[in-house]
Amino acid sequence: MSPHVAQAGAGTEGRPRPRTPGRLHRMRVRARTWLPGLLMVLPSILLIGVFVYGMIGWNTSLALSDQHAPVQDGSFVGLTNFAELWQESRWPAAVGNAVVFTAVFVGGALFLGWFLGLMLDKGLRGEAAFRTLFLAPMAVSFIATGVVWRWLMNPAPAERATGLNALFVQFDLDFLVNDWWTAPNMGMAAMALPAIWQLSGYIMALFLAGFRGVPEELREAARVDGCSEWGVYRHVVMPQLRPVTLSAVIILGHMSLKVFDLIIAIAGQQIVADVPAVYMWTTVFEVRDPAKGATIASYLLIAVAVFVIPYLVWTIRKERSEGR
Amino acid sequence: MNRSAPERVTATVSRAPGTTPLGQAAKFTVLFVLAALFLLPMYVLLVTAFKPFDEATAARAWLLPQSWSLQGWAAAWDALAPGLWNSVQMVVPSAILSAVLGSMNGFVLARWRFPGADTVFTLFLFGMFIPYQAVMIPLQQTMVEAGLMGGLFPLILAHTVYGIPICTLIFRNYYATIPHTLIEAARVDGAGLLRTYRSVILPVSAPVFAVTLIWQFTSAWNDFLFAVFLTGPNTWPVTVQLNNVAGSMVVPYNQQMAAAVLASLPTLVIYLVLGRYFMRGLMAGALKG
Repeated sequence: MSPHVAQAGAGTEGRPRPRTPGRLHRMRVRARTWLPGLLMVLPSILLIGVFVYGMIGWNTSLALSDQHAPVQDGSFVGLTNFAELWQESRWPAAVGNAVVFTAVFVGGALFLGWFLGLMLDKGLRGEAAFRTLFLAPMAVSFIATGVVWRWLMNPAPAERATGLNALFVQFDLDFLVNDWWTAPNMGMAAMALPAIWQLSGYIMALFLAGFRGVPEELREAARVDGCSEWGVYRHVVMPQLRPVTLSAVIILGHMSLKVFDLIIAIAGQQIVADVPAVYMWTTVFEVRDPAKGATIASYLLIAVAVFVIPYLVWTIRKERSEGR
Repeated sequence: MNRSAPERVTATVSRAPGTTPLGQAAKFTVLFVLAALFLLPMYVLLVTAFKPFDEATAARAWLLPQSWSLQGWAAAWDALAPGLWNSVQMVVPSAILSAVLGSMNGFVLARWRFPGADTVFTLFLFGMFIPYQAVMIPLQQTMVEAGLMGGLFPLILAHTVYGIPICTLIFRNYYATIPHTLIEAARVDGAGLLRTYRSVILPVSAPVFAVTLIWQFTSAWNDFLFAVFLTGPNTWPVTVQLNNVAGSMVVPYNQQMAAAVLASLPTLVIYLVLGRYFMRGLMAGALKG
């Protein structure tokens, strides 16, 4: 659960120079200065080259082959596997579940995180304690979160009810009793609740830093112009938060598309809560079909790449143009 | 309640900028309700974990234990102890390796650049976002063929490699704040790359090592995906064993909850004690400026 965006700061040494006579000599001199640097990064370049990009390449070629059993050899079949997935019923259902989960999780965590940040922005007594509490779930694994939320969201009916359902019954709120994640259509919305619980503190911290990054003079100027305090947020602070919001969406979105641990901990491999990552796991370990597993993995990679790559390129360009 | 809150706050705050007593009270009310909701799962974890077996039932689900008991804890400890030890053995070396490599990369990419450094950095960064699934099948196959699947090495390697991007990013952003003049001065004095790194960079790196080590410790400790693909029954780390304990229907709730707490304790303690560094890891690079 990580990520982040690039940040500024590198020097200007690496910029391309105009071609001039004596270039070769100068390059040699310069190489003497930069070569040790390259050597120092080389171990990481090799590790990432082999274990990230090499393995992605291998996985892709597997996805393009018909190696449907671990021991057999495969030959190139183009995009057949990619097309065939859509013809079964399980894959589209898993994709649909991931979409519902993503919508509720990203929207929910973004809103709650923003709201918590807004509440704490003005420096409140006990702010540190609230912050520590809201952020604490970040330190815990999705598996541990899943263990307790599976208990909370136990769908057992009234007389055997546990968790939240039991609490609702006790307080005569029976209309709130529900099937949680086992509900056929919107179950994945309930599945997003633990994820929101876990991540909204992180988003709060991002927004809080964002709010505080807005210079006080800007706020003051708006107040002098007769802006209400809410107007200051609406017209001065919020527009400055676009980069933070974008980072938050990228962080939440890429986590959401590959969600796995949480689903396994809460629902195991039950089909009602199936998502692509769980389907891939089943395909590799139970069906033992490498080509199909690799195909699902490729789809996950594509889904993440289509919005992360533009984001990274945009960030690094921006950093460059700011000349840092 | 959530929905009406912003307006309520607005109404009071906009009258006088800053903080009216009424606005403060409204804020506190909202925050306490939210805090209670956030604490709910933690309450359930602890209360259930301290119940004896016969009390961990649906009927008494939300009540405090009638008699406090350590039965659940003892059973959870027996089930998780090997996993906890595996996790420690796996997390420590991979956190150290990622941090050291990240520091070296960060220094070069910020202050000793080579042609193509930006491209290398971008390619590293993408490694932070890729779904691990995209490398899992080949990685597992490689480890099987190399005969390494019996031990913790595959998992250590995976966490080390996939920790490099974030560690590089954190170190690079930090080293970028070291004045050029300091490094130029060392160069003029005839210090090469290694000398400069050792005598100028490393001495100021301690806090960033703390940030990256904590970050790596937490994410490797909490990982489940690499673990299920790259370890077996003898090498399962604590997350996999916790899932096995909790996933089986015969394990009573008190043991499940105690196990969840035990598995989370190391990272929670780090968070509470070294929260400042944990935060810096979280924020690393996610923001401009």
